[in-house]
Amino acid sequence: MNVTRRQTFMLGAGAVAFATLGSQATIAFASEESDKLIAEFSGGKEATAGKIKLKAPEIAENGNTVPISFTVDSPMTADNHVASVMLLALGNPGPAVGTFNFTPMSGEAAASTRIRLAKTQEVLAMAKMSDGSIFMDKKTVKVTIGGCGG
Amino acid sequence: MAKSKPRVKVPKKAAKGDIITIKTLISHKMESGRRKDKKTGELIPRKIINHFKVEFNGAEVFSANLEPSVSANPYMQFKAKVTESGTFKFTWTDDDGSVYSTEKKIAVE
Repeated sequence: MNVTRRQTFMLGAGAVAFATLGSQATIAFASEESDKLIAEFSGGKEATAGKIKLKAPEIAENGNTVPISFTVDSPMTADNHVASVMLLALGNPGPAVGTFNFTPMSGEAAASTRIRLAKTQEVLAMAKMSDGSIFMDKKTVKVTIGGCGG
Repeated sequence: MAKSKPRVKVPKKAAKGDIITIKTLISHKMESGRRKDKKTGELIPRKIINHFKVEFNGAEVFSANLEPSVSANPYMQFKAKVTESGTFKFTWTDDDGSVYSTEKKIAVE
C-alpha cells in the first residue's frame, strides 16, 4: 500500500486526537458498562470529589480477595444522610461490585468488604446523598494475581 | 453445595446513642458465572448472594446489592446507631432463591 506524506501526517494527527480522547475517557470513566452504571446511579448528575473516602491497598497480592472500605462524611440525620454508595471495579469483566444502602439508623455511612479484582485497575466509590448530590473517590490497586477466575 | 453458614459479630451491650460496628461473614462460593469448568470447558453458572439486608426491630438499617465482583465468603462490616434494646436481623438472599438469616440481640442502657 502506498502511503503518501499527506496521509502519514493525517494518520499521525488522528492517532494523537484519538489518544487524547481516550485518556480523557479513562479519566472520566473506563468502559461503557461502567458509564451506564454510573449514569443510572447518579441520575446524570455530575460527581464531585470529596466527602467520600475510599480505602484500598496499593498493592493486592491476591486479586481474589481485596479488602476495600469507605467512609462518607455526613451527619446521617433524617433529612441529610447518605442514601447509598456504589462500588465499581473499572477493570473487571463486570465492573459492578455492589451498592450499599444506608439509613439514618446507620449512624455513620461506612462499610468494608472484600472484592475480586481481575487485574491492576481503578476502584471507584460513588456516594449518593439524600438530597441527590453525588460524590466520588478513586483508588488504583495493583494486582499481582488476578481474581475472577477463568 | 456446602451449606452457607452466617457468622455475625454484634456487641452484646451498648450505651444509648452509640454507633456500633457490626461484622458479618457468610460462607459462600460466590460463583461469578465467568469461571470455566476445567474438565468440560463449559462456563459454571453464576450463583452468588445478590442481596444482604439488616433490620433492627423490624426497621431497615443497612442493605447491599452484591455483584459477582464480591469475593467468596462475602464479608461486610458496617455501623449502626442504637437507641434502644432490640434484635438485629440479618438476611442473605441467594441467586437460587434460598434465604439465609440469623439474629442477634443487643442490650442498650
